[in-house]
Amino acid sequence: MRGKYAVAILASALLVGLAGCSGSGSEPAADGDISGDLTYAIWDQNQQPAMEKMADDFMAEHPDVKVTVEVTPFTQYWTKLQTQGSAKTLPDVFWMNGPNAKIYAPSGLIEPITSLVDDGQIDPANYPESLDELYTIDGVQYGVPKDFDTIGVWYNTDLLQKAGVPEPTADWTWDDFKAAAQTVSDKLSGDGVYGVVAELTGQQSYYDSIFQAGGYVISDDMKTSGYDDPKTIEGLQLWTDLIASGASPSVQQLSDTTPNQWFTSGKAAFYQAGSWMASEIAESPIAADVKTVQMPAEEKSATVIHGVANVVAADSQNKAAAQAFQAYLGSKEAALTLAELGAAIPAFNGTQQTWVDSEPGFGLQMFLDATSYAVPDPESYNTTAWRDLEYELLPQAFSGERPVKEVADELAERMNALLAEEQ
Amino acid sequence: MTRLTTVPRPAGDLRQPAAGPRAGTPVRPPRRRSRRSSQRSLWGWAFIGPAVAGLFVFYLWPLVQTAYFSFTKWGVFGGSTWAGIANYQKLLSDPAVLTSLRNTIVYTAIVLLGVPIAVVTASLINRPGLRLAKLYRVLFFMPYVAMPVAVALVWRLMFNGDFGIVNAALAVVGVEGPHWTSTPGLALVALGVVGLWASIGFNMIIISSGLASIPQELYEAAQLDGAGGIRIFFSVTVPLLAPTLFFVVVITTITAFQVFDLLFALLGAMNPAMPQTQSLIYLFYSEAFVSNDKGYAAAIALLILVVIGAVTAIQFRLQRRWANID
Repeated sequence: MRGKYAVAILASALLVGLAGCSGSGSEPAADGDISGDLTYAIWDQNQQPAMEKMADDFMAEHPDVKVTVEVTPFTQYWTKLQTQGSAKTLPDVFWMNGPNAKIYAPSGLIEPITSLVDDGQIDPANYPESLDELYTIDGVQYGVPKDFDTIGVWYNTDLLQKAGVPEPTADWTWDDFKAAAQTVSDKLSGDGVYGVVAELTGQQSYYDSIFQAGGYVISDDMKTSGYDDPKTIEGLQLWTDLIASGASPSVQQLSDTTPNQWFTSGKAAFYQAGSWMASEIAESPIAADVKTVQMPAEEKSATVIHGVANVVAADSQNKAAAQAFQAYLGSKEAALTLAELGAAIPAFNGTQQTWVDSEPGFGLQMFLDATSYAVPDPESYNTTAWRDLEYELLPQAFSGERPVKEVADELAERMNALLAEEQ
Repeated sequence: MTRLTTVPRPAGDLRQPAAGPRAGTPVRPPRRRSRRSSQRSLWGWAFIGPAVAGLFVFYLWPLVQTAYFSFTKWGVFGGSTWAGIANYQKLLSDPAVLTSLRNTIVYTAIVLLGVPIAVVTASLINRPGLRLAKLYRVLFFMPYVAMPVAVALVWRLMFNGDFGIVNAALAVVGVEGPHWTSTPGLALVALGVVGLWASIGFNMIIISSGLASIPQELYEAAQLDGAGGIRIFFSVTVPLLAPTLFFVVVITTITAFQVFDLLFALLGAMNPAMPQTQSLIYLFYSEAFVSNDKGYAAAIALLILVVIGAVTAIQFRLQRRWANID
C-alpha cells in the first residue's frame, strides 16, 4: 500500500512539474487564482435545477472551483444555519431572507458586498431599490438580491366551470371571493372539492388580508405589535370565516394535506400563494387549467413583497471564490437562467419579462404588476420568535376554537413582550 | 439441560420461589492497602480510563456547562451574559412547561401499556412448537430497526384525515374518522399509539430472553398441580419475569420521556395541534433553536433531567418491593 501511495505522489508531483513547464499564460489572469470547493445552501427544492445550472455555468468559467448545491427544507434551514453560525461553519454562499438578515449582519456572520461594489463586479442599481434596502443594515449592504416574490390567487378554470362560477377579475372584492369559494364548495362537495386553500402562515394568507383591511402586523419603529388593531383583526377574521362556512378545508385538513397538495391534485379551485409556486404548478397534472388573478381587495389592494438574496459567510475558507460566485449569481446571465426555468422572479432589472414568458398560460404578469401595491414583509430583529407565537396561537382563531379578538389580543400582548426584550 | 442440575422447588408456594434463606453470604476479609492491591487498582483505572474520559468529556462536562448556561442569557449566535435565576422564574410561570410535562407523562403512560402487550406476545411466540416463530419475531422487531422518522412519515400518511387508510377503513364500517394527527388532544393519543407500536419489538425480545431463563420444571410442576394456562401465566411466568419487566419498564419510561423525532415527523412543525401535543424535549428544541433562547432551553433541559431522575428513583424504590428475586 505504502509503495502505491509513493508512486502516486511522485506521479502527481511530476505532473505538477510538467504543468509548471507548459507555461503560465494559458489562464485568464483576472481571476486565475480562485479555486477550491464551495457549498451553496438553498431551501427551495423547486429551484434546485436552476441553482445547479447556475453553478455549472459558473464552474465552466472557473474550472478550479467546485460548487455543491445543498438543499434543506425551509422549516429546518434556519435551525441548521443557526447551529452552523454558532460553530462558525456556515456554507460559503447561501440564501438569506429579510428577517434573518437583521440577525446575521449585526452578528458579523455575513460579508458586506462593499468590496464587490467598489471594484465594479456588482452594481446595486441593477436591482429594485426596495430589495437593496432589505439587505442594507446600518448603511452597509450585505446581500445581492436574487429574486423577489409577491402573492396572488391561482385558480383552476376547470373546477370554476364545473361549479358555474365565472372567472374572477382584477377588481374583485373579499365578498366576491367568499361567495365564489362558497359556491364551489357547495356545488362540488360530492367530489371532495373545496373553494379555496391557503398556507395559513402569514406571508401567503393573513399578512396580505391584514394589509388589505388596512391593518398592520408590526409598527414601523418595530416596537409594537399591530395584532390588537381592529383592522388587523378584520384581516384575520377573513380566514376564520372562510373555514367556518366550509369554503376552505379546516385547519386540521390543511395540516394533514398541505394547500399545494389540495390545489395541484384538483381538489381546490382557488389557491392564494406566492409567485414562486409557478414551477411546481407547471409540473402538476392540472397545469393546463391554471390561471392567476390578483388577490381580492377590501379597503385596498395589498400584497406582501419579499426577496431572497445571496450572501457570503464572513468565515468562508474560500472567500475569493465565494464572492466571485456571489457576483455571478447577481449577474444578468444568472437572472435569465432563473427566469427561463420559471423558478422565481429574478431581481435583475429588465429580466422579469423572461420569467413571465416562461409559462405563458398562467398570466404571470399579474405578479409583477402587484409591486405597485406591495407592502414589505413585516419584520423586526428576532422575527422568528414572534412568528413562532403566530403559529402557536392563530390556528385557535382560524379553527373557531376561540374568538378571533381574544386570540389576537393575547398574541399582541405576548408579541409586545418579545419586542420589548429586543430593545 | 438445566433439568438435571436444578432441584425442583416446592410447587405449593409459587409466588415466592426464592424465599429460602440465602446461601451463606461470604464474610469479607478486612481491607488492607497493600502495594499489590494499589497496583491492581491502577491497572483497573487504566482499563476503564478511556471509558471514564469519554463519559466525562461527552456527558458530565456538558451537564456542568448546561447547568451554568441555565443561569445565562444567550445571543442568537453565542455570547452569553449572566442572568441569575431569570430563566427559572420563567420556567415556573410558563404554561407551556406544564402542558408539555403533562403531554410527556400521558405519552409515556400510553407507551407503557405496550409492556403487558409485549409480555403476552412474547409468551405466545415462545410457546414450544410454534411454527414460523422466527418470522414472527422478525416482524415484531422490524419497527424497532426502522428509523423513527421513516416510521412516523408512514403513519402520518395512514393517519391523514381525508385520504388516509385508517379513516378509509373506518368508513367501510360507517364511521367518519377524525383528523388524528392535527386535532389537539387526539394527536397525543395517535402519537402514543405509534410509540407503543414501535416499542413492542424491543420489549418483546428482552422479555423473550427473560422467559427463556425460567426453569421448565416450574411449569411442569404447576401443571402437575393442576394449574391451567392462564393460572400458570400469572403464577409462574409473571413473578419470575419481574426483574426483566422492571428493566423493560425503566428503559421504556426513559426513552418515552425523551420523545422528539417521532413527534417532530408525525405532526410537523406547523401542526395546529402541536402546542397541545409537544413534549418537554420538543419545547426545549423550539426554545433553543426556533426562538433562539438557549439559556431558557438549558433550564428546561435540567428540568427534564430532574424529572427523569426522579421517576427512575421512584421505580428503583418500587423495584425492591415487587421485583426482588434472585
